Amino acid sequence: MREPAQIRLLPDGRRLYLHHGPIDVILEGFASTTDLGLAYRAATNRFVTILDELCGELTILRQPVQRDASAPTGVIARRMFAAVRPYANETFITPMAAVAGAVAEEILRAMTDAAPLRRAYVNDGGDIALHLAPGEHFVVGMIERPDRPSLFGSATVRSDHPVRGIATSGWCGRSFSLGIADAVTVLADRAAMADAAATIIANAVNLPDHPKVQRVPARDLVPDSDLGDLAVTVDVGELASAEVTEALDSGETMASELLSKGLIYAAALRLQGETRLVGVPLPERTFESHMATESLMHG
Amino acid sequence: MADDAIRCDACPVLCYIKPGRLGACDRYGNRDGQLVRVDPHVVLDRARSRGERVVPFLGREQDWDGNIVGSPGTFVTAIGAGTTYPDYKPAPFIISSQVEGVDMVTVVTEGIFSYCGVKVKIDTDRHLGPERNIVRAKGEAVGHVTTSEYGSQMLSLGGVRHLTGGSRREGTVTCDTLLKLCNGGAVELSVEDGATVVVQAGQPPIIDSVREERMRVGCGSATIGMFAKQWFGKVDEVVVVDDHITGVLSEHQAGKLLGVPETGIRIKGRRSTPGRYFQVAEPGTGWGGTNIDDPLSILQPFKTKIAWPRLRVLMVSTTGEHHAYYELDEKLKPVLKDLPPTLQESVARIKENCEPALCTVLFMGGAGGSLRAGVTENPVRLTNSVREALTRVTCGGAPVYIWPGGGITFMVDVKRMPENGFGYVPTPALVAPIEFTLKLADYAELGGYVDQVRPLESILPEQGQQHVQALPRNPWPLTKTPSTPS
Repeated sequence: MREPAQIRLLPDGRRLYLHHGPIDVILEGFASTTDLGLAYRAATNRFVTILDELCGELTILRQPVQRDASAPTGVIARRMFAAVRPYANETFITPMAAVAGAVAEEILRAMTDAAPLRRAYVNDGGDIALHLAPGEHFVVGMIERPDRPSLFGSATVRSDHPVRGIATSGWCGRSFSLGIADAVTVLADRAAMADAAATIIANAVNLPDHPKVQRVPARDLVPDSDLGDLAVTVDVGELASAEVTEALDSGETMASELLSKGLIYAAALRLQGETRLVGVPLPERTFESHMATESLMHG
Repeated sequence: MADDAIRCDACPVLCYIKPGRLGACDRYGNRDGQLVRVDPHVVLDRARSRGERVVPFLGREQDWDGNIVGSPGTFVTAIGAGTTYPDYKPAPFIISSQVEGVDMVTVVTEGIFSYCGVKVKIDTDRHLGPERNIVRAKGEAVGHVTTSEYGSQMLSLGGVRHLTGGSRREGTVTCDTLLKLCNGGAVELSVEDGATVVVQAGQPPIIDSVREERMRVGCGSATIGMFAKQWFGKVDEVVVVDDHITGVLSEHQAGKLLGVPETGIRIKGRRSTPGRYFQVAEPGTGWGGTNIDDPLSILQPFKTKIAWPRLRVLMVSTTGEHHAYYELDEKLKPVLKDLPPTLQESVARIKENCEPALCTVLFMGGAGGSLRAGVTENPVRLTNSVREALTRVTCGGAPVYIWPGGGITFMVDVKRMPENGFGYVPTPALVAPIEFTLKLADYAELGGYVDQVRPLESILPEQGQQHVQALPRNPWPLTKTPSTPS
């Protein structure tokens, strides 16, 4: 009973919802009605084949990347591969770490190729690709745990800043994490880069072998997980504040390293109510901890 | 591939899914070897029978026997609906359905409640701690001991002062404690100068590591009144040990009426009226909510002029859990003996009449102006409409009690709500579902967002939803006449 891709306009009449298998995308463009129609049609046409393209190369995409590995062939797969490659020799990573961001980028590209848009976002399960015409901006809300959705902060992304990708990773999210961060939100050039970086930083927010952190081999939970026998976090008990600090320090070190390599622009690390900000060179109000009222919630 | 994992063929990813887990899509899962679809937004199905809590989605499965779409047998709850706070935007879902020929509107939102808490009723005679003392969780003050009620001790937990008026950690721990209790979880609470108690809605309390079994049938005095006839002739004296009012058969009105002779017994404590004693011991977790383990410790020597050798004395606690039988020796000292078979029955009957001890948790919250503004442009009209019983308020489909007076402050039994209906925001505050149901005409009248009303049919197929069975003992939220919860 294979389910085809589903596409529908959400009840607000503005946002388009695309669903196929594990891919859930909500997108919205801001333009004239005619241009929006063109963009949404382009997004739809591009979307319907994406899952099959990815699944065609799934075996390769689930393999850990080596720096000298040859790239896959699909356009999204290549984008995933490129996004994780900077990390290949230092740590375990597979192209799957960037899949959501890469899909978001590809759909956004289809939209902006089809019509001039003032601004647009493509939110693939919390990994977001942005388009901003000059003078435009987005306010992005951040949540720490998708099972308890609530904003812990927001970031304003303006057109004069190069950020066009936002991603969040954490152990409570849809993908497994090797770390204990409730959420690591990253701003980067592109969504796939942000996606990979968020994964890496969230893995680094960690207390190795801590008794309050329960871990299980990924394969025990999901037999075909790309993480294989690596122990993924399944529960984190209440940590002492010194332990929270230690774990966040570890994550901050990693985030600072990525910042200095130009892989990210900013990161917000969240663990048990504490937030650590790295980077934050953006205009005022960025990553402020306040209740935002607008636009993109993700986690 | 792994033993009991199943392969999902809903999409080309072809996940292997282990039992109890979901595939990569978070939609299809392996439940007992069956591939089922589960979705997050909770929709109550008015099912005829109790059954699975999660039913297949959209009639996809062959065994799905009912049409949910467009029937008034489906009620969309606010759980997972999202919230508009702090916007004054229309609530996330405003849904209409035809009920008995009247267009009904249900406004569904998840409210963020800073002004909220739980009232916990703990069925026990054991002393949990002095009234007004602080109740702590994980070392933080989360509430206090309030009144003793009949056979129960009440705790008041949460409230805005603990949530936002204290330290950051106090607020976080309070929020976490409330969330756990509301979602049916167990929490350990310790009362200042009192007991440590594990509380879970619908479960017996565990007090200082002892699981409470029964709540008392009455105070010591009442127990004497209820069982006097059954004891008459089988025993000369009965003392029902109770922290509140200890009863003494021979002195009690019930004993007098039966003609039970004086026994010369002397009880420590303050006599209230004949056969009724206050403060025979300190409160505690021993016999009848006192601190005693040896019942003789509440007796003074028998009056030598009245008592007689071989006088038979039964001492029993208000729940029958503790009992001891004595006979006086030649020196009128009580000597412990086996409980005679004729008395075993009456002790068993006390026990039998004591209901299972439970913890019950009522969530109490106040719907603030902004939440009400999600329902109507003129929030006070919603309040008035609720007052006039034109608008029914439900919490995850469960009936609520609306506290009289201003605003919309309500209480709901968390056990009547679908599981995991509550969430939180880091403010900290609790997120609780709340639905307002009223006639479409009344909704227009009070300034509702009529242009936002969507028919039930349009909601059901398109949003991710989880269908759960309505609890049979809850009134159906969409029936015509609002009724107060039982």
